[in-house]
Amino acid sequence: MEYRFDDKVRYSKTHEWVRVEGGEAVIGISDYAQNKLSDVVFVELPGAGKELRAGTACMVIESVKAAEEVFAPVSGAVIARNEKLEKAPELVNKDPFGDGWLVKVKLSDPREVDSLMDAAAYRKLVETL
Amino acid sequence: MAEPLIFEVSRPGREGVSLPGCDVPETEIPAALRRADLGLPEVAEVDVVRHYVHLSQMNYSVDTGLYPLGSCTMKYNPKVNEAAARLPGFALVHPLQDPVTAQGAMALMYALQEMLAEIGGFHAVSLQPSAGAQGELTGILIMRKYHAEKGQPGRNRILVPDSAHGTNPASTTMGGMEVVEVPSDSRGNIDLLHLRANLDGRVAGLMLTNPNTLGLFEENLLEVTRLVHEAGGLVYGDGANFNAILGVAKPGRMGIDVMHFNLHKTFSTPHGGGGPGSGVVGVGAHLAEYLPGPVVARTGEAEGTESMEYRGAESAEYRGANVRYQWQTPRRSIGRVKSFHGNFGVLVRAYTYIRMHGPEGLRSIAENAVLNANYLQARLKDVYPVPHGDRTCMHEFVAQGKLAAAPDIRALDISKRLIDHGFHPPTNYFPLIVPEALMIEPTETESLETLDRFVDAMRTIAREAVSTPELLHDAPHASPVRRMDEVKAARELRVTAE
Amino acid sequence: MSFIPNTEADRARMLEAIGVGAVGDLFRDVPKEHRFPRLDLLPAVSEQEILKELDGLARRNADCGRTPCFLGAGAYHHFIPSVVDFVVSRSEFYTAYTPYQPEISQGTLQAIFEYQSMIARLTGMEVSNASHYDGATSTAEAVIMALNVGQHQRKRVVLSPGVHPQYREVVRTYTQGMGLQVEGDEKPELAPAQLAGLCDSATACVVVQSPDFFGRIIAPAALKALAEKVHACGALLVVVVNPISLGLLVPPGELGADVVVGEGQALGNAMAFGGPSLGFFAFRKDQIRRSSGRIAGESTDRAGSRGYVFTLSTREQHIRRDKATSNICTNQSLNALAAAAYLTSLGPRGLRRVAELCWHKAHYAAASIARVPGYSVEEGEFFHEFVVHCPLRVEEINRRLYAAHGIIGGFDLAAQYPERRDCMLVCCTEMNSRDEIDAFVSALKEAGNG
Repeated sequence: MEYRFDDKVRYSKTHEWVRVEGGEAVIGISDYAQNKLSDVVFVELPGAGKELRAGTACMVIESVKAAEEVFAPVSGAVIARNEKLEKAPELVNKDPFGDGWLVKVKLSDPREVDSLMDAAAYRKLVETL
Repeated sequence: MAEPLIFEVSRPGREGVSLPGCDVPETEIPAALRRADLGLPEVAEVDVVRHYVHLSQMNYSVDTGLYPLGSCTMKYNPKVNEAAARLPGFALVHPLQDPVTAQGAMALMYALQEMLAEIGGFHAVSLQPSAGAQGELTGILIMRKYHAEKGQPGRNRILVPDSAHGTNPASTTMGGMEVVEVPSDSRGNIDLLHLRANLDGRVAGLMLTNPNTLGLFEENLLEVTRLVHEAGGLVYGDGANFNAILGVAKPGRMGIDVMHFNLHKTFSTPHGGGGPGSGVVGVGAHLAEYLPGPVVARTGEAEGTESMEYRGAESAEYRGANVRYQWQTPRRSIGRVKSFHGNFGVLVRAYTYIRMHGPEGLRSIAENAVLNANYLQARLKDVYPVPHGDRTCMHEFVAQGKLAAAPDIRALDISKRLIDHGFHPPTNYFPLIVPEALMIEPTETESLETLDRFVDAMRTIAREAVSTPELLHDAPHASPVRRMDEVKAARELRVTAE
Repeated sequence: MSFIPNTEADRARMLEAIGVGAVGDLFRDVPKEHRFPRLDLLPAVSEQEILKELDGLARRNADCGRTPCFLGAGAYHHFIPSVVDFVVSRSEFYTAYTPYQPEISQGTLQAIFEYQSMIARLTGMEVSNASHYDGATSTAEAVIMALNVGQHQRKRVVLSPGVHPQYREVVRTYTQGMGLQVEGDEKPELAPAQLAGLCDSATACVVVQSPDFFGRIIAPAALKALAEKVHACGALLVVVVNPISLGLLVPPGELGADVVVGEGQALGNAMAFGGPSLGFFAFRKDQIRRSSGRIAGESTDRAGSRGYVFTLSTREQHIRRDKATSNICTNQSLNALAAAAYLTSLGPRGLRRVAELCWHKAHYAAASIARVPGYSVEEGEFFHEFVVHCPLRVEEINRRLYAAHGIIGGFDLAAQYPERRDCMLVCCTEMNSRDEIDAFVSALKEAGNG
């Protein structure tokens, strides 16, 4: 099974990714994760302003056969939500690193990003699964 | 083939049932209380009949054919049960009638309490829980209250095997307890090492399904229950698979402290398309006071009888001149779990079933159920992987929908193709610990010819998987609708008619 | 009797295929000392014999078919059209399993979809689920739904004392492990308007019933005002209703209710000594992911044809396990089918007619009883149940009614409501003829004489 790995993001062990843009970070789930879920039917995004804490569950992504928790890979307040997902949750499957992004946060501790994996390390992890 | 919605059949002005006129002087109904309109269908009786007859013809059912659904026990539903439940002296009795006017119904309930206690090896039974999941919640709440009253409220963990049915952890959480998952070992039993490691002062109990959802009898059952008791915990038995050991063993004597029976599985009451069921609960003497109530108690000349002879409700002993049936709420009851007393209409059917079988008949149910399952396992394990096929299974076994020669075929495809061969698929993707699981339970009410036809269909599908896999991927072809788009149903939620 | 087709020859063939000598060999995993115990039960009887036995038991009960009955209090004797039993007797419905394989279960699924639609329209709500076990557990599930909506941050539940006592008990049983404050029903005379005063930012929901347990209707304007106050606190309003009354009365969905629940037995299901029952559960579409219970939804198949499936299963126990919105697995499918067949065969005018007959008969009975010396009827607008103050203990009155007149009297409120000692909750439905009511009233007069 060939999964896509975006080189410009960093990954958590629980299959979330982070793309840093200045003091802000865009968060999504990896291609491996969307494939395991299969067709996404609903995404419950946290509200604007909600404080996310790295490592804790912050939202749920639902497919027909599962409802998986998404764990915040970094800490920060939610400053943007991908509203397109309400009408088109399948974007998470089609373009997990692009149009299927979930939320954007204002990083409260940019150093947290350093402890996440790069694409090469994450690819190695996925190969063991 | 599609049947229109009843709202689409409706026409303004059509009348259905005729109603009598008003034989009392009318009292004005204030306009402010009246609703403006009510969008119910307007159809003539012939339309009602045709609509529902057409709908029924789109259903598969036990009366149509085999349902090899593991852990559901889709046995034949005797028609005498239906006649029994419809007797006006049962159907038209109000639950709050003075017991003096309902002694026949209460006698039946009392006898059923006793019969199930005897069958399961329990001291007392409550007939109130009306479904398996409700029985589980009852068990969790009983364990919780027992520990709290023994001065150990810190016991808030329930150990649940990884093969457990989803209702087990869900009921645990509802009861305010914490789930701790215990893995199975390579032979499909509870892993004793992990069990021991988790047994401490925080454990309220273990929820055990025996035989488990792999269809296997727990080889270390007595050791498991002993360990849990030694650590101060209780053992809850999920009775979903009781059909395998009915008349063969009594869980209450093997260390199970509280157990629910699924009357709609083991005791032949019909599944009704998803319900009603009945999840009556049996307990050992130490837990009898905690049962949900009211239960039926008996006073009068037969009171205090030590005899172990349980009689049918119409026997001389039960009909003694001074015998009276009353409602009684157990002293430390966890409380009521449902309105009134339980699903009496379902209880009547179970009572009828038990009386028609007697002790030998009940045991032969389990014997034939287990025989039929082992026969299917023997005839299918050379074609489909059966992870624990080296062990004798009980009333069900788990195969895998995986074929070495057809790696693109999955359990889902095999299941859908079975429909084209005239069978309901087995349970899919459960238990979760076996990938591509197909849980197969024939029950005792299927003939050898049916079993052989099922085997032939499964073997044919294995060949089709290699020669013409698209037949499986596109299945079913022969059903009233083709494969349904469940993703669309969840994305574009339409749960009421426009 | 045998529902087991296997003959000795069949068994022999199977044993040979398996490779064991005897059926007993298949049970070697059962501990020896516990294997094949004696079952102390009566020997088996034939179908003929069991039917005779059951008939004997049935005859020892008074039933509302032969005995005039004025009992309500949560279970009701209504006319069930013949077509309803015809529908639920189709074995393709009653011997079918839960429709997890939608392609061969469209009968059940479409029937449930139609049931959901009818309940939604009846209650004035947007959507309904496929049912819960009964009115009491539906109420408990509504409370749990409110807790889910409040993200488990709100821990107070306000219960009106007018809610059926058994329903309030079940709510407490179900939530005993959740660390909640369940209150409001300590004072039996608390009116809905006063309940609003108990609502605060820690309240998850307020639960009321109309008609309440004593038969009294909460005026539409009062319910609407309560809804507004409850919403202002950020809580949900749960309303328990009688489904027959909704043939006539303004539904709570039009007055601001967030969840509407109740007992659906009255819709085409026999009382059957208390079960199986039917808990209907209707709510707002935007809360659907917090709801519990099965839900049928519309979709299409591979050929583009319309069909039905269970949807949003990821809320349920078989997928979310310990994080499910509830542990519920079963719905009352066959009872829901009976309710749908009942509503379909009556139609809107028929259901309204049934409700009107109940209203007129009950009001006639109340007016007649009020004229009997020693008896009085409580004030308040009612549907088909009302409270009668009696000159003696109700237990004694009912004993005399049955012994001397063969009549089943109303519900004795003394056990549940000590301040209403000597009070009887009387119910009349379309099944009580004028003659029966007149006989009941004279019997009350006689029974009330010291």
